Amino acid sequence: MFSGFMINTWAAATIVAVVAGVVGFFVVLRGSAFVADALPTGAFAGAAGASLIGVNTLLGLGAFSLLGALGIGLLGRRARHDVAVALALVVMLGLGALFLSFTVEYAPEIYSLLFGEVLGVSVNEIAPVAALGAVCIVAIGVMYRPLMLSSVMPELGEARGVRAYRMEMCFLVVIALATSMALPVVGALLIFSLMIGPPAAARSVTDRPLLAIGLSVVIALVTVWTAIAVSYHTNWPIGFFVGTFAAVCYAAGRGWTALRRTRAVGSAGSGGPGTGGFGTGAGRLGPGRSGEVGPSAEPGQVLT
Amino acid sequence: MDHLLHAIFEPGFFGSAPVHVALLVGGVVAVVCGIVGTFTVMRGQSYAAHGLGDISATGGSGSFLIGISPLWGFAGFSVMAAGIMDMIGVRRPRGRDLATGIVRGAGLGLAALFLYWDTTRTSTTGAPVTILFGPMFTLDSSIIPAIVAFSVAAVGIVAVLYRPLLLSSASTELGVVRGVHVRITGALCLAAIGLAVTLSAMTIGAILSTALIVGPAAAALRLTSRPGLVMMWSALIGLGATWLGVLLAYDSYYWSSSGRAWPVSFFVVTLVMISYLLAQWLGGRTAARSRNRERAACSPAS
Repeated sequence: MFSGFMINTWAAATIVAVVAGVVGFFVVLRGSAFVADALPTGAFAGAAGASLIGVNTLLGLGAFSLLGALGIGLLGRRARHDVAVALALVVMLGLGALFLSFTVEYAPEIYSLLFGEVLGVSVNEIAPVAALGAVCIVAIGVMYRPLMLSSVMPELGEARGVRAYRMEMCFLVVIALATSMALPVVGALLIFSLMIGPPAAARSVTDRPLLAIGLSVVIALVTVWTAIAVSYHTNWPIGFFVGTFAAVCYAAGRGWTALRRTRAVGSAGSGGPGTGGFGTGAGRLGPGRSGEVGPSAEPGQVLT
Repeated sequence: MDHLLHAIFEPGFFGSAPVHVALLVGGVVAVVCGIVGTFTVMRGQSYAAHGLGDISATGGSGSFLIGISPLWGFAGFSVMAAGIMDMIGVRRPRGRDLATGIVRGAGLGLAALFLYWDTTRTSTTGAPVTILFGPMFTLDSSIIPAIVAFSVAAVGIVAVLYRPLLLSSASTELGVVRGVHVRITGALCLAAIGLAVTLSAMTIGAILSTALIVGPAAAALRLTSRPGLVMMWSALIGLGATWLGVLLAYDSYYWSSSGRAWPVSFFVVTLVMISYLLAQWLGGRTAARSRNRERAACSPAS
């Protein structure tokens, strides 16, 4: 399991997991799951196009994911955000279908692009992955405060001079970079599952951002390592294990939140407004956690 | 004239049985997707539609394993996934996206496993391509009754729930005040979307199925805001894109000497996108014109 050719796999997967854990935290915080899903799926068309004209796959992926990010940003100015993402995504996929119909060798190609070829990583692939991964982490580090502010309280951010639209574009570019880095190694599906599952679980455990990011990286690493090990032994595709483990993480996080909420209600509403750390605009963990089951619940929940 | 007709409709277009089936099935599917898609876009559930499309691919690849028509796999999995999404789905948009993403991730993981078994245990190496990019020209005419049944079911749900759906899509609070069961309405609407996605996946492929649902409806919403008209426009745009797409894909066989046709899905998606951009431009112009008229009407008074 740790023999020569597997070392590359472990290294690449570790880098991908760290980047996905960090970037994914903001994906979950900003509620941009659809974008994080659309860019990798759409960028695979770029890989197909690159293999058609015979250039490096990474180049095609980079071009398509950046174009996709720009397209979503531009369309999103005039239309509803989810519609913009959906339209950009299907256009990229349509092009992908066209490129694939031109290439000769296709079924296994598509399969490995979508679901990853993690057990066949070569040494030359590690360096670009590591470089792009470092760029993503540094970019997140530089934007950390403004990004956090505009994710959690966009209005306050605007007042402090953080342009929400510009922040969104920067963040889209970071997702695009993370995508093109991870896609040739782990496939479109795997990177997305890693960006959603572990951070969601981490966020339901703690409210403190740095702790949550650290925890999300740890969970992502454990997920990937376990998936590789199991995949190596069973010979089943790694995407299956990562997708399943990510869902299990999410379910565990949801269970943990529910447990804590019932306990908070049980202890005479001691967890009133103010228990939430930072997540005001970000859903579950906002102020008034126990208030959610009370009068402030949405009408849809009252009915059930 | 005759030459022109021949240039547009390459020889054999109207005589070919696969084309007949593709036109018929594609047309029905486009209309259903246009109608259901209107509510998908109004309720902001594009991501759910996309996720369901991908998960239906799981069912499609599973059906190859046990040797039944992909239609049943598509339908079973997307309706089941719609149920799961509704069950775990948080009512807030952000949490809903997250829940959708998780279900989709797990579903695609399963798809990876099924496709792996498809290619290793059975000898259907073409399975991934058929499932993901659409079997439009290889549709068997025997599935037409099933397609019609699914279409009737999807449109029936929307027709029965028309008013409550419209109310609760416009505003949840308004719906509750008027006595709409928001929860049941939402779940049934998601089931209708699941059926529409299934139909769409049967024609232009699982991962492109969102195009027929979101695209035409989004374009129609740019043109008008009256719900009935939106549905009509959306169905018409979808129908036009599908039929023109089938025609172009058929013609493309003669465009190059490679003897290979371009994929239908590509044409349909491109046409949908073009009509969206056109609608945006037209909608922007009418909005500007009415604004000008208002200003002109106001200026003498002031």
